[in-house]
Amino acid sequence: MTAHAHALEHETSTGLDSRKLAIWTFIGSECLFFATLISTYLVYKGKSVSGPTPAQILEIPLVTFGTALLLFSSLFVVLALYGAQQGRRGMLIGWLGATIFCGAFFVGMQVYEFTHFVHKGLTLKTNLFGSSFYTLTGFHGTHVTIGVIWLVTLFILALRGKLPPEKALNLEIAALYWHFVDVVWIVIFPVVYLMR
Amino acid sequence: MDAHPEKHEHAHPTPGLYAKIGLVLFVLTALEVGLYEATYGETAGPLAEHLRPFFVPLLLMLSAAKFALVAMFYMHLKQDSRLFSGVFVFPIIIATVVIVSLIVLFAYHYSIA
Amino acid sequence: MATTVAGHPHAAPVAAHAEKTGLWSWITTVDHKRIGILYGVTAFVFFLIGGIEALLIRIQLGAPDNTFLSPELYNQLFTMHGTTMIFLAVMPLSAMFFNYLIPLMIGARDVAFPRLNAFSYWVFLIGGLFMNASFLFGAAPNQGWFGYANLTSRQYSPGLNVDFWTIGLQILGIASLAAAVNFFVTIVNLRCRGMTLMRMPMFVWMSFITQILLLLAFPVITVALILLMFDRAFGTTFFVPAAGGDPLLWQHLFWIFGHPEVYILILPAFGIVSEILPVFSRKPLFGYAAMVFSGAFIAFLGFGVWSHHMFAVHMGPFADAVFALGTMLIAIPTGVKIFNWLGTVWGGSLRLTTPMYFALGFIAMFIIGGLSGVMHSVAPHDLQQTDTYFIVAHFHYVLFGGSIFSLTAGAYYWFPKMFGRILDERLGKVHFWLMFVGFNLTFFPMHFLGLNGMPRRVYTYPAGLGFEFWNQVETAGSFVLAASFLVFLYNIFVRSKRTTAADPWDGATLEWSIPSPPQEWNFAELPTVHGRDPLWEAKRARGGSLPEPPRVSGAGIHLPNPSYWPLVTAIGASTVLIGIMVGFPWVSIAGGVVLFVGVYAWAFEPAH
Repeated sequence: MTAHAHALEHETSTGLDSRKLAIWTFIGSECLFFATLISTYLVYKGKSVSGPTPAQILEIPLVTFGTALLLFSSLFVVLALYGAQQGRRGMLIGWLGATIFCGAFFVGMQVYEFTHFVHKGLTLKTNLFGSSFYTLTGFHGTHVTIGVIWLVTLFILALRGKLPPEKALNLEIAALYWHFVDVVWIVIFPVVYLMR
Repeated sequence: MDAHPEKHEHAHPTPGLYAKIGLVLFVLTALEVGLYEATYGETAGPLAEHLRPFFVPLLLMLSAAKFALVAMFYMHLKQDSRLFSGVFVFPIIIATVVIVSLIVLFAYHYSIA
Repeated sequence: MATTVAGHPHAAPVAAHAEKTGLWSWITTVDHKRIGILYGVTAFVFFLIGGIEALLIRIQLGAPDNTFLSPELYNQLFTMHGTTMIFLAVMPLSAMFFNYLIPLMIGARDVAFPRLNAFSYWVFLIGGLFMNASFLFGAAPNQGWFGYANLTSRQYSPGLNVDFWTIGLQILGIASLAAAVNFFVTIVNLRCRGMTLMRMPMFVWMSFITQILLLLAFPVITVALILLMFDRAFGTTFFVPAAGGDPLLWQHLFWIFGHPEVYILILPAFGIVSEILPVFSRKPLFGYAAMVFSGAFIAFLGFGVWSHHMFAVHMGPFADAVFALGTMLIAIPTGVKIFNWLGTVWGGSLRLTTPMYFALGFIAMFIIGGLSGVMHSVAPHDLQQTDTYFIVAHFHYVLFGGSIFSLTAGAYYWFPKMFGRILDERLGKVHFWLMFVGFNLTFFPMHFLGLNGMPRRVYTYPAGLGFEFWNQVETAGSFVLAASFLVFLYNIFVRSKRTTAADPWDGATLEWSIPSPPQEWNFAELPTVHGRDPLWEAKRARGGSLPEPPRVSGAGIHLPNPSYWPLVTAIGASTVLIGIMVGFPWVSIAGGVVLFVGVYAWAFEPAH
């Protein structure tokens, strides 16, 4: 095969990496997923005929702390990516570890919160608020969990020296997913916890 | 199919810039919570009455600002190809139309029930 | 314009890539052409099953007060007929063409993510089998293909029927979403040199818009199904009126998906016809840019009209007016397309081959379906039409007269490329006329029955209401329609003839520049194009025809490795969902483990 033909084999029409385009496409689709869940929550806000109301159940301090952690985790993963792209392994591993810690803490906070609310009398079945609250925040939390697993995988690869600058795109793609999950929470936090 | 390595954009953000954005995000979140406390919280003072009609729009603006900062800087949309922004923004527009339509349809529905 | 093989010294090809044969090669295939064939064969089988369900319905309705089918079985049959035809027949038949043609038409070796492509197929197969397995339990879905709440609640549907439906559809949704990401990226990123967006074949454009619709619409039904699944499995109250839940929320969410879905069903068909008409009119497609923009406009508007399926639920005059106007507006870009097709044919040097017959038949039948659609958009008139056979007539004209006629045209047209066999022309025309007559006999009288008051989804009707005559005509028509498919099958399996011609129809697009069937790597060298209709341009430059493209050894061409991890991952993902219905949580957990293993093995296996 000629060198020219060989070059043709690997170029993309836009010059952009297909995997990066794919994760953005997936993120675009997921916007509709969360929009539908958020719409359901908003449509049913104030319509429960019984049971605990948001004002009686939701607690601001803990979730605010979790929100801040999730926001900082976006900063940390961007710093980790910078480290990966620059070949600074210590920076990569350190900030990636911090990201994972924040993400895991967020999930932990949510598990604690859910357990606490169940004790206070709010379950999936209790009323519309319970159904829509747990479904919306639960699916978000599931997305965070998947993100944590993904980042842990990359963390292990980084520890083994398998995340050099040429492979930084792998972290970039995971980071984009992670930022999206954060951005969804940026919408959910005020809508659910602050708008009563 | 592999693309050749991504071209580096000019004015690539530095860790310093990222950290500053992080601080702004933190402040915006504090403002959101502060706004809530001032309007509906136990520590709400005489200002609360005046804030109530502006509460939702102000809150939405604060979250929109956070959303935009994360998207433009952390997700790199400001420096990256416009195609990525398009692939993100178009569904957001459709998503917003869906959310607003459903709110309106159900508000209307209940008001005539 | 490298559409021919330039400078290749190989005379007798030494197989650098061994021809893959045997069942295992199909199970591990990541070749878009094989995956396309898998989709096509599977979809065609489901189509025949859906057709048998229809025939059973027609037998039952052939006489008043009939007892051929029990009411319960009737409900299962019309639900499965609709669900099968939409999700297991038309969509995957379109997927067959997406898979087979898109890489060829854009001058690529494969799609962007070949293993993800295989994954989509396996998930589709599992979903289709799962949903049909319900018949073995005597619990086929019976709530209508649109599953309105709260009929679908545990209270009113205690059996497994609705669960088979929600979980089956959820599984199918995964397949569609994965494929949509894949084709979106493929079309954006893998076009050959010189192929700007406005030089892509119209089929690729319509498919591109379809993928965008899939990406935006499927998440909505995914959530709707989650809400319903949760109500049934975990006792949430989303559609429980006593708890404040609103069954209308289901309708809105379902139709926010459902309306774009019908454009998902018809846009590929538009694309196919836009390929066939020019070739057999020996004229380029009329108004290429208008066709692109009208397709995009239809899709975009299609997101704003969903409640025209809900005119009878008392949304209020403002909402009704908004949706009525939006629906009427869609007629405009649709009309643009129809006039452009006519403009393509007008003044052309027509060759009335079988694909052309079906393409022309498509135009006529789709116009009829579109006209009844515009009639539905007049909300007050829809109050009479809704839930009657008038609606059944409309959607069969657009889905059968539209999609199926077009897909059949595409089957005849691309059959030689895909299989190296050409279908018999005379039998093809017999197929056409039987299908045309049978189709119109079956569905045209439904307009009359509907306006005279025959409701939908009723397992029988009493004598003396004046429904008998047209129902008998329709039942007879359905058997003529069935006969047409027998002719098609006979043509395919008995009367098709070997052909090695790369370009039997004098085509305009790149798929006709390579051997029939193509070699695994598609193009010996990736082409460069300089305009639309690159093959016509190439032939013109050479003063007539192109030489037959030789088969080459493929040495030096990098192909993705086959893999069975997509199948494993598909099994894992499906099992997680199926476990919600049976053996929760352990079956789901087991599925999760398989899913985890599948994903990791897939991620870490070398792709090349």
